[in-house]
Amino acid sequence: MPDLVKFIQGNQVVVEAALYAGLDFYAGYPITPSTEITEHMATRLPQIGGKFLQMEDEISSICAIIGASLTGHKVLTATSGPGYSLMQEGLGYAIMAEIPCVIVNVQRGGPSTGLPTGPSQGDVSQARHGTHGDHAIIVMTASNHQDIFEITVEAFNLAETYRTPVILLFDEVVGHMREKIILPEKGKLPLVERLRTSVKKGVDYHPYLPREDGRLPMSDFGSEHRYNVTGLAHDMWGFPTSNPGVVHGLMHHLVDKINNRVYTIEKHKEYYLEDARTILISYGASARSALHVVESRRRRGERLGLLELQTLWPFPFGMIREKCENARYVVVVEMNMGQILEPVKMSLPPDKVFLINRVDGVFITPTDIRNMLRIIHGKGV
Amino acid sequence: MPVKDYIRERFFPHIWCSGCGHGIILNNMLRAVEELDMDKSDIVMVSGIGCSARISGYVDFHTLHTLHGRALAFATGVKMSQPKLKLMVPMGDGDALAIGGNHFIHAARRNIDMTAIVMNNRIYGMTGGQFSPLSGYGTLATTAPYSNIDHNFDVVALAQAAGASFVARTTTFHARQITDLIKQAIEHRGFSVIEILSQCPTYFSRKNNMGGQIEMMEWYKNNTTRIGSKAKQENPQLIERGIFVQRDMPEYCDEYDKVIEAAQK
Amino acid sequence: MAKLKLKEHIINQEWCKGCGICVHFCPKKVLALDDNDKVMVVLPDDCICCKMCELRCPDLAIEVITD
Ligand SMILES: Cc1ncc(C[n+]2csc(CCOP(=O)(O)OP(=O)(O)O)c2C)c(N)n1
Ligand code: SF4
Repeated sequence: MPDLVKFIQGNQVVVEAALYAGLDFYAGYPITPSTEITEHMATRLPQIGGKFLQMEDEISSICAIIGASLTGHKVLTATSGPGYSLMQEGLGYAIMAEIPCVIVNVQRGGPSTGLPTGPSQGDVSQARHGTHGDHAIIVMTASNHQDIFEITVEAFNLAETYRTPVILLFDEVVGHMREKIILPEKGKLPLVERLRTSVKKGVDYHPYLPREDGRLPMSDFGSEHRYNVTGLAHDMWGFPTSNPGVVHGLMHHLVDKINNRVYTIEKHKEYYLEDARTILISYGASARSALHVVESRRRRGERLGLLELQTLWPFPFGMIREKCENARYVVVVEMNMGQILEPVKMSLPPDKVFLINRVDGVFITPTDIRNMLRIIHGKGV
Repeated sequence: MPVKDYIRERFFPHIWCSGCGHGIILNNMLRAVEELDMDKSDIVMVSGIGCSARISGYVDFHTLHTLHGRALAFATGVKMSQPKLKLMVPMGDGDALAIGGNHFIHAARRNIDMTAIVMNNRIYGMTGGQFSPLSGYGTLATTAPYSNIDHNFDVVALAQAAGASFVARTTTFHARQITDLIKQAIEHRGFSVIEILSQCPTYFSRKNNMGGQIEMMEWYKNNTTRIGSKAKQENPQLIERGIFVQRDMPEYCDEYDKVIEAAQK
Repeated sequence: MAKLKLKEHIINQEWCKGCGICVHFCPKKVLALDDNDKVMVVLPDDCICCKMCELRCPDLAIEVITD
């Protein structure tokens, strides 16, 4: 099938990208502004012989996809704010039991029911720390439909590579907006498939023993290896243990497999950084406005650049340091109270880091950014 | 012992207290699997969290020890994604009907093919003796030190109302009936529920002055009867045992196959 | 069904937790607990091979072997 040009909502792009990546199982519960993902899945999955489940809530949705991942399927669930909060215990389970799965949170205004249709990026810190216990997590985002497609495919690849849940943190603006997208031809984007064990029947299989390259081959439920999966601390066979040495090793494995690979996992986009005196750091829908400002100011000769983050966690401290070393001003543009501002401040001398934000349920516009930049640059209001 | 083919012997003796009814359920569940001559690799046992949930660690099937209350939700994902697998879902009474109550009624409503076993000891064993939704009015628990004012569910009536297509009840005293009911439940196509009254000598019976495991099992013997028996007519207080519901209803995975067919037309 | 004849009771001392369920419910009082609270066979000749001790054992610790 050749490339296909479409004009669709961001939420629908997620669905098409997931199918492209090999998804064939979805469970979800409707919530604004992610509902269209659930709806399109209901239509699309049976067309390809896949399975769609509308569960009784978001808790059961994440549990169901974990169950389906264990039988060897690529799985996803999508939700927004309140539903994402409900998923935290299941998310921790997927982290602990190392189950590949993708979870989409199309953010809305919070806390609580907040602003169901208001754009926000208020769940960035929750995405990092939401579930209890020490853990690492991969969280990705995108600002336009083409990128949503690629990042969604990438999320599936990372989930399989690292046997981990991956969070896609989109927002109301990109989720609901319609724009042109070229659906790539099959085979154009690389796909990572489930790594299955080559251990033969009757030979001891260790579901939680990493290979030399760090990957852990899986065995589908229903095939010849019968093993245990638990959310308790466990040994390499998956059986519960409280042996301090084993638990220590498990905790470090879970965190290191992600945090030690920031440079491999991390993705970002750069616009006019080489000589930039002011660098905007932004992501998701906010990065659209930021890019607009950068491009218009560049035409007037101002040395403005944009660093668009696509991987929010693990946070690319080193990359930020490198890219922003020579900038005089580093300005984080986001729709929250400074959730990415914080780690950026940890990466750079804090006195050159500024925040331009909106938290009132209104999309941050190029004008908002221009006005605030004048203040930051000391040019008055 | 032939059932030893179905267990992970290296983890025995198990963690349950002396006299705990959960072991009797394990014992006879294995006999059911054996008598049906099932292939171990065709069975997925999904459990939640609780003393009861530990059962999955001891059986040599595909085992998924999940979150408190969520076993049926995980099991739904396993079954839908791989309908040829046989799902067994043992749960504690708190697990199944307090934190997991919503999943319980919705799994029943869908009539998805799996065997849900409620190991009803009328208490939270694992956390040390708090009341459960099955403890019942007037019982004592660490969180009902002055007598419980919460009324209990009738698991059978609840499962039936929610749409389960096979509903049965027995007790740990009636060991052969456990095997028999589990066999029938596994062979039934649809959502089956078996409530098994199971003693917790450590918390429930001690708190409620009902003696130990032996007195509890005597109680099961003396306070239960076959469905519709003469004894029941004479003494309506008796708890009935047997199969309450067994009906042919469209099964969820089969129904979804029709959705796929319609979508591909 | 022909009457079963007892060969032996196999008792797994390691697994037996001495709960006494088998002892109490044996219709012929074939079993007893020893000084260490482990089950033992005291009246093997009286065993009618109903196997209820085996089926009611919470610890999978007793097995009735018949000829
Ligand atoms: C979300 C959550 N809440 C509470 C608990 C604590 N907890 C563990 S087991 C349990 C109750 C166990 O009782 P039951 O389900 O009846 O099973 P039993 O132990 O009696 O077999 C509770 C409350 C938990 N593990 N997870
Ligand atoms: S606390 Fe109760 S339910 Fe738990 S193992 Fe002991 S007797 Fe069984």
